[in-house]
Amino acid sequence: MKAGLKYVQRPEAAESVVTIRALSVRLGSARVLRDVSLNVAAGEIVTIIGRNGSGKSTLLRSLIGAVTPDAGTIGTMPGLRVGYVPQSLALDPTLPMTVTRFLNLPRRAGRDSVAQALTRTGTDRLAKRQLADLSGGQRQRVLLARALLNRPQLLLLDEPTQGLDAEGTAAFYRAIEAARRDLGCAVLMVSHDLGVVMSASDRIVLLDGTVVVQGSAAEVASSDAYRALIGDVAPEVTALRSPGDTPRHAPALRLAE
Amino acid sequence: MFDDFFLRANIAALGVALAAAPLGCFVVWRRMAYFGDATAHAGILGIALALATDMPPMPAVLIAALAMASAATALAGRARAMDTALGVLAHSALAAGLVAVALLGHVRLDLMSYLFGDILAVTRGDLLIVWIGAGLVLALLGWRWNALLTATLSPDLARAGGSAPGRDAFGLTLALAIVVAVALKVVGVLLITALLILPAAAARPLVRTPEAMALLATVFAIGAALGGLQLAFAFDTPAGPSIVCTAAGLFVTATGLGTALRRITRAGAAD
Repeated sequence: MKAGLKYVQRPEAAESVVTIRALSVRLGSARVLRDVSLNVAAGEIVTIIGRNGSGKSTLLRSLIGAVTPDAGTIGTMPGLRVGYVPQSLALDPTLPMTVTRFLNLPRRAGRDSVAQALTRTGTDRLAKRQLADLSGGQRQRVLLARALLNRPQLLLLDEPTQGLDAEGTAAFYRAIEAARRDLGCAVLMVSHDLGVVMSASDRIVLLDGTVVVQGSAAEVASSDAYRALIGDVAPEVTALRSPGDTPRHAPALRLAE
Repeated sequence: MFDDFFLRANIAALGVALAAAPLGCFVVWRRMAYFGDATAHAGILGIALALATDMPPMPAVLIAALAMASAATALAGRARAMDTALGVLAHSALAAGLVAVALLGHVRLDLMSYLFGDILAVTRGDLLIVWIGAGLVLALLGWRWNALLTATLSPDLARAGGSAPGRDAFGLTLALAIVVAVALKVVGVLLITALLILPAAAARPLVRTPEAMALLATVFAIGAALGGLQLAFAFDTPAGPSIVCTAAGLFVTATGLGTALRRITRAGAAD
């Protein structure tokens, strides 16, 4: 059932911001990633999809140094600025935290940078609000604002729209696209929301412990591996990609457990 | 100076309050209350260790608390039923410590002073150790404040920002062990967690930032420490429990005040 194309080098991938070669990661006794090779070009939006337990988050976490690989290399452009959006925050209600204070953690970002980042993500009205009082969608956009503070060249997002409704998901992807347009940053994200992802990404990577198939949304969606691993939702995903279909009305599709 | 036992008691309580309040904020934010209990209860094991080896009590308590905190941290990384595991550790440590002290101790050993503190018997040497310990804890928290806050919200966010959340978590563990060691004589092992949690919880409804919470918690802790000692002196009640009762009174008052303030703000917003 493995697809023929294991690694597709995109012709326009001129300058890579990150190059992963033959990466293997073990967590405990389980081998989560094996022989993963992947590169992300400057300004490119790459989305990693895959079943639960396919190693998507582990791949992203190995890029920020939270997971130590036992083989392979991760090469980055010298002096690469990375913005990271975690899956969620462990925000206890006993921790008082305004949006502005959060954006100044762990380093003071300066008033102008904070205001700019909030405007970019459409959250400027939230500056003085408590993080705990925000809706899920608002909180994720604040996390995005924080990741944009240092004008990153690479934005890493770990299932940023998990738990958001279709409206919130669409708004979040619009904010990512706007950030890419303004900053020219590359985006590498893990996602469950197949419908929107496919239309908002330059390249899709289907992961199942290793890179099974990658390419344009059309290439991936028509692959045997995609049908085998993702299966039933494929026709709907293809339908969502029809021209003029706004992400706003796209249902947040979920991978089968 | 420091000749008067009551003055010494006040200065010791002040030192403990200064360190316990900001550390207590992290205990609350990171839901480490049970973790604090386990570490504090290990203090009794430390007393047993001191009796067995003729060590001075404070370093022995520090060693025992640190060993327990490290064991609990290692456990936190693996076990899912953290609550149960910590409960087992906390109460076993207390029971084992009491049994060991009984087996090793002299007939006249006053267990109550270890369980509930004996602040009126604080010596000048104790004062020095309390203030050195408090200074160390405050310096550590001040130095790592932003990194600790970030790691509390998301360890991965802290890693992406270039800090090591595991090392910072160990720093908190170390700070907790130090507070246990210096607070043992002031409030005793059973009430140390109360001294950590109550001022922080009292400050919570009245503040909007973590720094404000730490500062207000410090104010409350100082108030509880000095006010509680006054009460103990006036009514001839045990000092440690009197301090904790004062802190509990502050908590109830602050919570009521917070609720009232929110109502007023909401009514103002509705107009």
